[in-house]
Amino acid sequence: MKNCEYQQIDPQALSTPTPTPTQPPRPAVEEEKEEERARRKWEVFPGKNRFYCDGRFIVAQQSGVLPLTLGLILVTTVLFFVFDCPFLVKHLTVFIPAIGGVLFVFAVISLLHTSFTDPGILPRATPDEAADIEKQIDNSGSSTYRPPPRTKEVMINEQVVKLKYCFTCKIFRPPRTSHCSLCDNCVERFDHHCPWVGNCVGKRNYRFFYTFIVSLSFLTAFIFGCVATHLALRAQGGRGLMFALQENPARYPFTKTLFWSILGLSGFHTYLVASNLTTNEDIKGSWSGKSGAEDTANPYSYNNIITNCCSVLCGPMPPSLIDRRGFVPVEESSQTVATEIELPMLAAKNEINVEDNCLDFAVSCAG
Amino acid sequence: MAETHSLQDMRQQAAIAAKVFIQRDYTNGTVCQFQTKFPSELETRIDKQQFEETVRMLNNLYAEAEKLGGSSYLEGCLACLTAYTIFLCMETHYEKVLKKIAKFIQEQNDKIYAPRGLLLTDPIERGLRVVEVTIFEDRSLGR
Repeated sequence: MKNCEYQQIDPQALSTPTPTPTQPPRPAVEEEKEEERARRKWEVFPGKNRFYCDGRFIVAQQSGVLPLTLGLILVTTVLFFVFDCPFLVKHLTVFIPAIGGVLFVFAVISLLHTSFTDPGILPRATPDEAADIEKQIDNSGSSTYRPPPRTKEVMINEQVVKLKYCFTCKIFRPPRTSHCSLCDNCVERFDHHCPWVGNCVGKRNYRFFYTFIVSLSFLTAFIFGCVATHLALRAQGGRGLMFALQENPARYPFTKTLFWSILGLSGFHTYLVASNLTTNEDIKGSWSGKSGAEDTANPYSYNNIITNCCSVLCGPMPPSLIDRRGFVPVEESSQTVATEIELPMLAAKNEINVEDNCLDFAVSCAG
Repeated sequence: MAETHSLQDMRQQAAIAAKVFIQRDYTNGTVCQFQTKFPSELETRIDKQQFEETVRMLNNLYAEAEKLGGSSYLEGCLACLTAYTIFLCMETHYEKVLKKIAKFIQEQNDKIYAPRGLLLTDPIERGLRVVEVTIFEDRSLGR
């Protein structure tokens, strides 16, 4: 017979099932699950990213250099406003600080957009999807020509492109996608992982990154020009260049270094944008024939500088695929509900609670 | 137990027999397109033409979302000029088309796939990697 405990049932206690020695602690766990709030997907995200404002902002795990970048830009601009602007406003025009302010705001907003936007992370495969791909890989191994396992070849605009299988994400990576080891994510149109912005640069935030470095180039060029003008005007004032430099030391070489390195980077990325390449592809020499293959041309390029620039910088903004603020589907709780309905019909189970037993008994007596 | 035809109930009560994944088609580059090849597992459930028509419509919708043209360039330039702050208040063209796609898939499920014991999952829920077709057990023979 069933293993039941006949005890006085307190109607008040029926709503909260009391765990008895014969009952496993399942009712307590069920109640825990009901009370547990629905979790958002960012809380269970498998990659090494950090999230702020309930999943609205995403950064890499190590965002240590981002404060330094912000600090450098801020310090340079503040020094410019404090030391150069008063003199230049008096001797030149009042628009100097206005232009400087606009460029500064533009650069900082672009930087924050680059740092806090999802670069184009691909969500990992669901277990069913991963199993299906594994099956396909096993099945395809029987052909006469055997490409190395875990790669797939596709023809894109008459170019053979190899798609690699990502063991972490359990997917065949789409073209131009690469797995970032620092963030532990596959990122679409992966350019590079930038420690200065504390995030990967990929399909979704490349335009922000490009705007950032170009506006920063303009800002540093502007400050550099203003500082040079300031020094020149002071030197003209009769006391000579050396005295002027002594009065305003350090800022001149500091700004000069920043300016040339950022200008170099802007120039490099302008070349990449015009040829529709990523830093990753350029370094690896995927399309320049360095890797040994002949007649390789970039299959993604439109062969027109204007079209390439427009498609990379002004194309439609793709959506974020990781749905950070969506809720994790509660499939576990719906399964427990289903099993609860079936349980009273199975006599062998120990998990039948006392209430159902008594109800069945009462019904059988009445019937 | 009353017979229910809604998708929610079907998902909870019906047992899943199999899942078929329609993979991406990269022959035109990185644009979002899905393969129109008819999977053999669906041969007994749905007409090949019908299925290919659904996938072709989906591909057309995604092509519309990613189209490079005057309106997308205008949106991009305007966004750049406002330092991309316009994205905080405006819905992008892509997002508008994604809503259209969600509605299209819902319609297809209600009219064509649910009566045949199939369910299409919106590709956006799978990271635009696959179109997942869930095949439910054919209960009509059992009852």
